[in-house]
Amino acid sequence: MSEHGERSGNERDWPLFEVFIRARTGLHHRHCGSLHAADPEMALARARDVYTRRGEGTSIWVVPSDRIHASDPADKDMLFEPAMSKIYRHPSFYDLPDDVENM
Amino acid sequence: MADALTAAYALRLGDDALILSHRLSEWVGHGPELEEDIALANTSLDLLGQARLLLACAGEREGKGRDEDALAYGRDVLDFSNLLLVEQPNGDFAQTMVRQFLFDAYAVELWPRLSASRDEALAGVAGKAAKEAAYHVEQSAAWVVRMGDGTEESHARAQSGLNLLWPYAGEIFEADEVEAALAEKGIAVAPSALREHWQARVEPVLEEAGLAPPEGAGVRKGGRQGRHSEHLGHLLAEFQFMQRAYPGAEW
Repeated sequence: MSEHGERSGNERDWPLFEVFIRARTGLHHRHCGSLHAADPEMALARARDVYTRRGEGTSIWVVPSDRIHASDPADKDMLFEPAMSKIYRHPSFYDLPDDVENM
Repeated sequence: MADALTAAYALRLGDDALILSHRLSEWVGHGPELEEDIALANTSLDLLGQARLLLACAGEREGKGRDEDALAYGRDVLDFSNLLLVEQPNGDFAQTMVRQFLFDAYAVELWPRLSASRDEALAGVAGKAAKEAAYHVEQSAAWVVRMGDGTEESHARAQSGLNLLWPYAGEIFEADEVEAALAEKGIAVAPSALREHWQARVEPVLEEAGLAPPEGAGVRKGGRQGRHSEHLGHLLAEFQFMQRAYPGAEW
């Protein structure tokens, strides 16, 4: 294992992992929370115990939280604002034949 | 149909699950990590589910009108037939995990074999329990290795748990006329037949963990016959308090 997911910072805490669960075959994995574990194997087991107790899952992914690169909330305007004014990117301007019920 | 032998056998297995379940439930709110706390509770609930089915089966075969609650809450120490191993106190987390591993390594060998029992009720419980035990033993084995092969302190705690609990493991493989007669009929699994499989699971894990069973440890037994250590009475005092104080109370 790389240095990621190893103990760092506060030595008393195990590293944090993000947990993704797939509820049913065919669906995608969805982020459902996070947990502390000593390594990926333990993280998988604990994810099973914490997040699939009511039959929520058919597959689990765990990812060391420090491997996730997130956008900066301060960049929100720069990143997302420009898309707001471009309604032509939505497929809303087509006339659908009546026989097409779901699109 | 009353069947005293099958009743006794189901009661033994049910008592093992019930008492170990209660021991693990004592960790709830005290686990070393939040996630581990929940994992211990999950295992406890798996065992409680097994216990309910087995005690219900025992009550039915006994034919005296006792249901699972009557058997769980209405018997005294001498009437419990669980292994001494499962009633031993939790101690620290290492001791709890060593106890769990010694038991899980047996359960994971017992249940798949018992799922072929000629007794349909027992076979049904065993089929369900086999999947649970397969997960339990993976987790407890992983903890034994982590702690045995961990820091100086975790190693010392795991070794001291093993020293304490090892003498109780031998009772798992003891059999009397109950198991012998039922194994003959294809209803029970002869405990003695599980010993080598148990060893094949336990030895590599202890070796990887750098732990060694204590030398020259005898076998402590008697639980199956109702001769328990001093710990079971204290456990039952807490476990049975509500039904003793308010018989038949429901909520």
